[in-house]
Amino acid sequence: MNEAQKGGKVTKIVLITISVLFVLLMLVLPLISVLANSLKSGLSFYKEALSTVYVSSAFKVTILATVVAVLVNTFFGLVASWLLTKYTFKGKQVLATLIDIPFSISPVIAGLAFIMTFGRMGWAAPIIDSINEALGTDIKIVFALPGVCLATIFVTFPFVSRELIPVLNAQGKDEEEAAALMGAKGFTIFKKITFPHIKWALLYGIILCTARALGEFGAVNALSKTRGETFTLPLEIDALYLAGSADSITASFAVSSLLVIIAIIVLIFRNIFEHGSKEKEEQHKSAH
Amino acid sequence: MYVELKNINKNYGDFQASKDVNFGIEKGRLVALLGPSGSGKTTILRMIAGLENPNSGEIIIDGKVVNNISPAERGIGFVFQNYALFRYMTVYQNIAFGLKLKKWDKQKIKERVNELLELTGLKGFEKRYPNQLSGGQRQRVAFARALAPNPSLLLLDEPFAAIDAKVRQELRTWLREMIYKVGITSIFVTHDQDEAVEVADQIIVTNQGRIEQIGSPLEIYKNPETPFVSEFIGQSTIITDYHKLRGFDKGDYEGAVIRPEFVEAFKIDNQRFKNVIDCSEEGEVIDILFRGNALELKINLNGVILTTHRSLERRSIKVGEKVRVIIYRLYAFDKEKAYLLENKELIEKDIDNSRLESYLYSKDGYFVV
Amino acid sequence: MRKGKRVIPGFGLTFGITIAMLSILILIPLASVLVYAFRLSPKEFWETVTTPAVLYAFGTSILCSLIAAIINSVFGVILAWVLVRYNFPGKRILDGLIELPFALPTAVAGITLSKMYSTTGEIGEPLSKLGIRISYTHIGLTIALIFIGIPFVVRAIQPVLEKLDSQYEEASFILGGNRRQTFFKVILPELRPSLITGFGLAFARGIGEYGSVIYISGNSQKEHTQVVSYVIMQKLNYMDYSGATSIALILLIVSFLLLLLINIVQVKQSRRTNNV
Repeated sequence: MNEAQKGGKVTKIVLITISVLFVLLMLVLPLISVLANSLKSGLSFYKEALSTVYVSSAFKVTILATVVAVLVNTFFGLVASWLLTKYTFKGKQVLATLIDIPFSISPVIAGLAFIMTFGRMGWAAPIIDSINEALGTDIKIVFALPGVCLATIFVTFPFVSRELIPVLNAQGKDEEEAAALMGAKGFTIFKKITFPHIKWALLYGIILCTARALGEFGAVNALSKTRGETFTLPLEIDALYLAGSADSITASFAVSSLLVIIAIIVLIFRNIFEHGSKEKEEQHKSAH
Repeated sequence: MYVELKNINKNYGDFQASKDVNFGIEKGRLVALLGPSGSGKTTILRMIAGLENPNSGEIIIDGKVVNNISPAERGIGFVFQNYALFRYMTVYQNIAFGLKLKKWDKQKIKERVNELLELTGLKGFEKRYPNQLSGGQRQRVAFARALAPNPSLLLLDEPFAAIDAKVRQELRTWLREMIYKVGITSIFVTHDQDEAVEVADQIIVTNQGRIEQIGSPLEIYKNPETPFVSEFIGQSTIITDYHKLRGFDKGDYEGAVIRPEFVEAFKIDNQRFKNVIDCSEEGEVIDILFRGNALELKINLNGVILTTHRSLERRSIKVGEKVRVIIYRLYAFDKEKAYLLENKELIEKDIDNSRLESYLYSKDGYFVV
Repeated sequence: MRKGKRVIPGFGLTFGITIAMLSILILIPLASVLVYAFRLSPKEFWETVTTPAVLYAFGTSILCSLIAAIINSVFGVILAWVLVRYNFPGKRILDGLIELPFALPTAVAGITLSKMYSTTGEIGEPLSKLGIRISYTHIGLTIALIFIGIPFVVRAIQPVLEKLDSQYEEASFILGGNRRQTFFKVILPELRPSLITGFGLAFARGIGEYGSVIYISGNSQKEHTQVVSYVIMQKLNYMDYSGATSIALILLIVSFLLLLLINIVQVKQSRRTNNV
């Protein structure tokens, strides 16, 4: 081993150690901390904490908002990524940037945006009112379930399209053109030609979108005020934690542990999918 | 005319990809669109296919204006540059795809696909995926897929670009034979003149969005009509002071193109050239390159650098050696046209230089003397 | 001209759906904020955004996000380097864990970090004995932002580093560059655009961050540990819509400028690599 190689080895060990320590301290320790805190008062307390009316209501609201957001954003993601990768048109780059907006703005602003649209001050409030009057319904958006769903959709809006666009770009549009040339209709092309390329990315995008939807806090916080009715799990965690007693804080961690477990499952899936898609990609890349 | 383009213009933003393109192709022809990259040849092909639309002008296939007809209804087969095989379908599914879309019945699809597998020599590969095939096999699949629905016009975009040089030669012959066997009118795009000359029976030379010349490979080679064609075809050297060469007067030209086969270089004691030796002048060999089947000589002739080929069967030659040089002809050009100029001294001597050449050239264009 | 000029069918449909959904779900609600903000009188607007509390909140958000993004850039490069260039047991797990902040709900991260670094927490307790307080200070705030931002930097750099041919480094070695020179003169410049992208994303995310920071920051107006998002939320809770909107407008502009910067860098980057 010469001097340079020895130096390389030392660097390698130092860098790996730094990385592992960083990840342990910054990422793993909090994870363990949640679980440890949640079980602080024993298993029976843990179970009890999870079976309050508030938690089960929050669980239902969270699932509802997540399902709606994932459905909407998956549909949008498929359509938008197809549009942005299979056609050339003016303003394409601008459109791509606009779709990414929710990534870089504060979730609180998302909440504010819906309040300013549908709330008492909002320009759309009279429209909703007149609809309610005409139909005899009592639809409320802000501080109600539709608002929670809208906020969740907003913050997870680009997740699916963002996963799909690079894959579709790498694939090119030759195959679709060839199929169109043979007379295939749009949906046939998508189903037979495009879809097999994006399965993995789509699945991963959906999972990421799900994870983010389950955990959304800031935007929903602005739009949901009724515990036990429109609170989602993160809001319930917030309420329990801010209640301040030792028991409620432990309960808050107990509810958190549910979401942590989901997060871990997401990460495991991600790992599997990434490997799956990488292998597939390599297999099929050579055919291009 | 089976395929006709009339006054076609095509812009991409500020870039004019096609400028007033006009040509016609007879039924049964195998035509090459030849030009450097960016010359607009692929655009022409894609417009015929309907993958692009011209800004103005008419495209006519089989007597019908097809501008408003979708690509799928133009009765064409298209082989993409990278073949665009469906990567998630087997060879069989790839070939059958177009037939399924046309709602053929299952038995007929099977028969047709098998027929094409047979024709293209892909029997036994039907269950493979594109990534399990070699480049040549992929081209065959693309070819079979394009032919499956019995198109009346076959379009191929750089069909050999994605193939190794070694296999390319073989595939050219294969493709040519295959197209004649099927008897389909075909147009292919290439930037490689050897490919065009070898495969096509008609060549359309494009440059900067315009058609430069249309003709048989021999016509294009022997009678280039424009400065571009004279320079693009063959291995050409461009010179400006052509009038310094013996046997050529200064005319109203911008310059001239000389191909290696227009230049004869021989040692002063070569008996075969003794009756023309006084039409020659002295040059010096300044570089020798081994080109596999011949030598390529660079010769300095009064300051003009010329290239010629020399058969390996001839006597050996060294850098620095003085040789006698005769230029048989050259293509002089002005801004628009190219003109063939023959060596006037040889004409005056009444030496039939085509006969002189006949023993100077072998069939493949290299010197045998 | 044939209708539907494009070869692949479906342009009109997908374009229509994309624009419609984008407008209804994102652009129109955001526009409502802008419209409302522009209806405020300049004086009202100016007074809101220049109150000391708001100015300090912006200062805190920007400064802490900046520091966190800088720290993340350093560790992000190291992590990306380790994950791309070295093989070691547990590499896949390490790689997977990077994404944890994406997957973990911000509120959960927030309460956990707050608890961990509080005077009774796993890390906070030993440190408090040394007289160091983390929770409810700017340090805690910054730690939360590091947590949130790290995947942005790593995931921006990783693919670029993967594509960077090792011949590049070998060429530098052969020309006599030592390891340090090679890294700083050859590799780092190659990574710069993606590093700026990652930095920008982490920074932008940090400035608007809410869930993960509000617990650990303590939100004390006196100690200037309120972040901008918290101030907006507070104003919303007090139904002070004009105040909330004014601040949101500034925050939107900052986010937009960062987004623009990232986009410019990305466009330049792709132009550069396309020319090679």
